[in-house]
Amino acid sequence: MTSAPQPGHHSEVTLRVNGKPHTLRVDHRRVLLDLLREELDLTGSKKGCDHGQCGACTVLVDGRRLNSCLLLAVALDGSEITTVEGLGGDGDEPHPLQRAFLDRDAFQCGYCTPGQLCSALGMLAEAAAGHPSHVTGPTAPSGRPVPLDRSEIRERMSGNLCRCGAYPRIVEAIEDVIP
Amino acid sequence: MNGFGYLRPDSVHEAAEAYAAHPGARFLAGGTNLVDLLKLGVERPSTLIDIGRLPLDSVQELSDGGLRVGATVRNSDLAADPRVRDRYPALSQALLAGASAQLRNAATTGGNLLQRTRCPYFQDLDKPCNKREPGSGCGARDGVHRDHAVLGHSPQCIATHPSDMAVALAALDAQVELYSTAGTRRLPVADFYRLPGEHPERDTWIRPGELITGVRLPAATAGAPSAYRKARDRASYAFALASVAVVLRIQDGVVDQVGIAFGGLAHRPWRARHTELALLGAPATPAAFEGAVALELAHAEPLRDNAYKVPLARNLALDVLNRLAPAPAPA
Ligand SMILES: Cc1cc2nc3c(=O)[nH]c(=O)nc-3n(C[C@H](O)[C@H](O)[C@H](O)COP(=O)(O)OP(=O)(O)OC[C@H]3O[C@@H](n4cnc5c(N)ncnc54)[C@H](O)[C@@H]3O)c2cc1C
Ligand code: SF4
Ligand code: FES
Ligand code: FES
Repeated sequence: MTSAPQPGHHSEVTLRVNGKPHTLRVDHRRVLLDLLREELDLTGSKKGCDHGQCGACTVLVDGRRLNSCLLLAVALDGSEITTVEGLGGDGDEPHPLQRAFLDRDAFQCGYCTPGQLCSALGMLAEAAAGHPSHVTGPTAPSGRPVPLDRSEIRERMSGNLCRCGAYPRIVEAIEDVIP
Repeated sequence: MNGFGYLRPDSVHEAAEAYAAHPGARFLAGGTNLVDLLKLGVERPSTLIDIGRLPLDSVQELSDGGLRVGATVRNSDLAADPRVRDRYPALSQALLAGASAQLRNAATTGGNLLQRTRCPYFQDLDKPCNKREPGSGCGARDGVHRDHAVLGHSPQCIATHPSDMAVALAALDAQVELYSTAGTRRLPVADFYRLPGEHPERDTWIRPGELITGVRLPAATAGAPSAYRKARDRASYAFALASVAVVLRIQDGVVDQVGIAFGGLAHRPWRARHTELALLGAPATPAAFEGAVALELAHAEPLRDNAYKVPLARNLALDVLNRLAPAPAPA
């Protein structure tokens, strides 16, 4: 077995978070969201529902968007995680999508925003890789980038709720960075 | 949540052995349902056996022209697979109609099949629920049951199975591959799920410790298109109130192959065998479709607040059947 049988309730894991390695002893019950917020002091990722229903906790794991509230940290050993704090890279400059959210005023309270940002970046990569959505026509060629019109953006972002209802501007901000 | 052990076996066999050594264990795949149920206290395993990284993450061609989908293939990858989109469109459409992109990126084939009901009483430890705690009663029967079953329910349980994917797989005649230390076996998806009867605590015919290793799709018949349609309370990111998957082939104006399964209506994906029997060999006309669908839904036994599901399911089925049937040649 990769991990020796662990009769106890804790294991050691190594995660790369925003480019930095962290080796931690985690309780098996620990979900990634709580680990980020409570142990690594990365409080950008938000807890809206804690049950996979709102998307506020969305982060990128090995480049894919996932709900960090439903991921057990112990199962992520060796993963590369990007949170909203890491989107700008090393510099102080915000990511172009963060800039677009500011320019478009794509939030009110801002609670859902970190999840919207990570989700949108994951979404752009999925569309570029040719992943269809519920509204993609059946005749769209497989494996070719899917053009993102507004209905595609809305459908693909439906896993991120915004209680302030900033949806129209979130869609506009995303449109601004579509290559 | 109580503490639990964690194991990450390297092979299917090691996973099965790990279960034999830890009978109170649960397999962890994408975790999108299991971790939720751990938080709610519905699941209290002694150990989690992580199967998420087992080498079951590919979609392979079978020599008979079918496809084998590994148990840990993520729902998003399966929906995007060109072979699935081309040959089994109902499956791709069903996957894309379920959950959210984030959840589909984590959810696996095996986990999707074995996800538990979304009945709110099942998820609430303070409420009676025969599925969670046999003998405690069914809170939903006289309570809030607008989303519950209209077909095949029992006095003990009226829950529905929430998977969209399983509905498409049932209509497509897919089979589930199972593995345990005692051997391997296969079951049609349509027969894999149980009706609740007196034992609603058992969703399927899987045995304790058995592992789903994959799903087999039979070769798609040329000229037999398929489609999935789902009705829900909002345009996206909601479970089905009712849904339908249809495979239909018409030769010379006559139905010569048909598979129909309903979702959201029962404890399992509901193969509409009465409809299929009536349609095989019948002319592919709107009137024939209407009569055949009515035969199936005549068996519905709606509860106080969910009778709306019967006409909803009927309209979904007729829409998809009429859409898949090529328009008759102009007279
Ligand atoms: C907010 C929300 C909305 C959703 N909406 C929808 C929807 O609209 N339609 C829909 O279909 N689904 C929906 N889902 C459910 C989602 O599709 C399932 O949670 C997911 O498919 C489960 O897969 P998983 O790999 O994460 O399973 P896990 O959570 O890892 O496992 C689920 C169960 O299966 C068992 N298991 C997993 N893999 C195997 C295996 N290979 N062999 C044996 N046992 C196994 C586990 O032990 C566990 O009991 C939604 C979920 C959420 C949270
Ligand atoms: S319908 Fe089934 S799952 Fe829901 S409360 Fe009744 S017994 Fe429990
Ligand atoms: S906090 Fe994770 S989806 Fe809501
Ligand atoms: S900006 Fe307030 S929840 Fe979205």
